[in-house]
Amino acid sequence: MRRLLTATALLCLPFLWAQGSGYLTVGRTPQVTGKRNAAVEAKIPISVQPGFHVNSNTPGDEYLIPLKLMWTSTGALEGGAVAYPKPSLEKYEFAAKPLSVFTGNFILAATFKVGANAPAGPGAATGKLRYQACNERACFPPKTVEVTVPYQVQ
Amino acid sequence: MTSTYLSAALAGVLVCLLAGCGNRETSVAAATLKPGKERHVAPDFALKDVNGKVVHLADYRGKVVLLDFWATWCGPCRIEIPWFMDLERKNKDRGFAVLGVSMDDEGWEVVKPFLAELGVNYRVVMGSDSTAEAYGGVDSLPTTFLIDRDGKIAAVHIGLASRRDFEDGVEQLLQADAPAANGNRAALPAVSLGAR
Repeated sequence: MRRLLTATALLCLPFLWAQGSGYLTVGRTPQVTGKRNAAVEAKIPISVQPGFHVNSNTPGDEYLIPLKLMWTSTGALEGGAVAYPKPSLEKYEFAAKPLSVFTGNFILAATFKVGANAPAGPGAATGKLRYQACNERACFPPKTVEVTVPYQVQ
Repeated sequence: MTSTYLSAALAGVLVCLLAGCGNRETSVAAATLKPGKERHVAPDFALKDVNGKVVHLADYRGKVVLLDFWATWCGPCRIEIPWFMDLERKNKDRGFAVLGVSMDDEGWEVVKPFLAELGVNYRVVMGSDSTAEAYGGVDSLPTTFLIDRDGKIAAVHIGLASRRDFEDGVEQLLQADAPAANGNRAALPAVSLGAR
């Protein structure tokens, strides 16, 4: 009986996890490597659940909440300018005009410079990605997810 | 015996799949009014309006109320607001009121200009997490409750509904006999959830 209950719980786990993970997930960012003073680019994979969209970084309406990545700590790296992909203009039933949104999978590219006095070795830059998601008929409160960029100073 | 356990386990998986493990927010509630016996009392609250006046849901006792949880960043909410303005205009003298509950974290700083821009003609209060919790979480916006004259929830619309659904629901509730006439009025609970 206990084994069957455990099996049932295990079967449910992926669904429970998916629900708790929100409408947008941040994938594992590949480590960036560079020498002192070198420019490095981190590619942060983002995934929006099918059937949902998030506002782009330039939603074109003062009341809409843009997608925004803010660094809380860059460690031995400097800068961190974020390049957002080109948004798509999608028409939804609830909006008179097409909205500037991100859907599916996309990459945020962050450019850093390795500090002149950065100690050799590993580290991580951390940030917070704020987003606000909707589907065709409803919107969901803004959320913030953690972003981590691992780096190696050579 | 083993087959019984297996059936129970499979049933558990099925319930898990159907009832709560997916994205419940994607569903949109049906528009029909609940029969009187199935209605539950709408939780009372004490929330501030734009003038700082504390508004209790209990203040609306005896009226049909359209309680709309919304936010300025919510596109579907913006579609519904003009419908609610029309409902307020047409029915305010018939014992009906719209009450908006803003779920904007930024508060009146963003809500006040928004209301002015749209010319909203009904009362709006600033919501709180505890209020949302009392109404089942209200994670999807808009979420709109139609409340009968007894202060009971007659319908819930999660997500963008149709204008017709609201108009029909309100009309049905307005035309229903006032519960006071048949001596069956239920009082709203005196639960204050606090204002912010």
